[in-house]
Amino acid sequence: MAKLKFVDRKKIKPNMTVNIVFRMCPMHLLKLDEAVKKAKIGDIIEVVTTYDGALEDIPAWCERTGNEFIGVDTSNDTYHFFVRKTNEWKKNLPRSRCDYACSR
Amino acid sequence: MSGRRIYLDHAATTPVLDEVFEEMLPYIKEKFQNPSASYTSAYEVKEKMEEAREKVAKFINAQPSEIVFTSGGTEANNFALIGLALANADKGRHIIISRAEHHSILNAARYLQKWFNFNVTFIPVNKEGFVDPEEVEKAITNETTVISVIHANYEIGSIEPIKEIAEIARDRGARFHTDAVATAGQVKIDVEKLGIDALTLSAHTMYGPKGVGALYIKEGVEIVPLIYGGIQEEGRRAGTENVPGIIGFGKACEIAGEKMDSWVKHYRKLRDKIIRNLERIDGVELTGTRDFSKRLPNHASFIVKGIHGEAIVEMLDSYGIETNTGSVCVSKAFLASPILLSMGYSYELAQGSIIFTVGIDNTEEDIDYLLEVFPKTVESLRAILPK
Repeated sequence: MAKLKFVDRKKIKPNMTVNIVFRMCPMHLLKLDEAVKKAKIGDIIEVVTTYDGALEDIPAWCERTGNEFIGVDTSNDTYHFFVRKTNEWKKNLPRSRCDYACSR
Repeated sequence: MSGRRIYLDHAATTPVLDEVFEEMLPYIKEKFQNPSASYTSAYEVKEKMEEAREKVAKFINAQPSEIVFTSGGTEANNFALIGLALANADKGRHIIISRAEHHSILNAARYLQKWFNFNVTFIPVNKEGFVDPEEVEKAITNETTVISVIHANYEIGSIEPIKEIAEIARDRGARFHTDAVATAGQVKIDVEKLGIDALTLSAHTMYGPKGVGALYIKEGVEIVPLIYGGIQEEGRRAGTENVPGIIGFGKACEIAGEKMDSWVKHYRKLRDKIIRNLERIDGVELTGTRDFSKRLPNHASFIVKGIHGEAIVEMLDSYGIETNTGSVCVSKAFLASPILLSMGYSYELAQGSIIFTVGIDNTEEDIDYLLEVFPKTVESLRAILPK
């Protein structure tokens, strides 16, 4: 299991925010993937979600895709995840839903 | 009994336009693939479905990503009220709806009341069927999170001041939803100008197919899904999409957008003729507003004193005229219309409601025939019914 890191969201300035509060799994991964594709190398993407499974999935997805998992702010009911797009970003990941890092 | 059939119940549902039907046909049989699948034929289906989304969005001046397809107006109304209320439950548990709402809002509010301890304020309507924005403002508390007021009620046709109410909601930090099933195709809808957070549409009251509708949800507005499963509709509404229905809905929106002005002109002419003539009959009273600019262009509704609406509908049917006496669920249960009661009509009078809603398929001759038959109907029913 990829390591979970915690951050204070007030201290991070994302370049892009994806709000998927209340949306179903695996929207957190699909939308993150979509955002990373659009982002420039070095950009920070914030994913706002209420989905508990994201605590496992997003760090694992970052590890797998070569992006940096900056951390998550869990100080309220809504999770704020921060991911930095890196040079290592693997463009040609399998597209099938089951090939995402989804743990469920 | 006449052999001709004249359909004057377009508020209940409309016929499907030929162009809409033809657009849907290939997607019922040949192009059956699941739009979520990952092969070329499925991508083509998905693309066509997304084109339909763009058409629906354009029709109300929204973004395609703000459109969630549903199984119809009822689901969209349930989704809006329950979904917005639950998404904001940590901020408060008070919602406001009007007495003019469709049962899919009224009963969804009761569901929130019963199972989630929400407080619901029902705002009455005045004698003309209008909700007073001031009354809405007075009802708002610190706990209020959602306000839903119908764009126009299908029983009395009064177009509600939703722009003003939306503004009040925005100022007080509440989400605002409107049910535009009755107005779509008759009143221009611009979600930006109206300043609303959510809006319900249904295809089958605007010459599209049954079984499909949509909820517009403004970008950034959080809503809890009503139906759980896969990630169709961007994770907001699970279940394989009604592809032919959605494609037909898109086409219906495209056509309505192009032809609405001429439709409305046609409706007004027929509506005004009905109102002008039927009002002259003794004991027949127009319900809803006399300000015709604030009335649905296709809508003429009356109270016939001393006669049950259902009896009039049945006798008109024997003459070949198809019309209605209120909402289907109300009329079948022989109940008085809740909105007419709210407008101050007595229980007895509220049972004598009769509604004519014209469509693009109606002609002046149809109306002439109604005007010939209606007085006879009223007269003969008055003669046989107990006083």
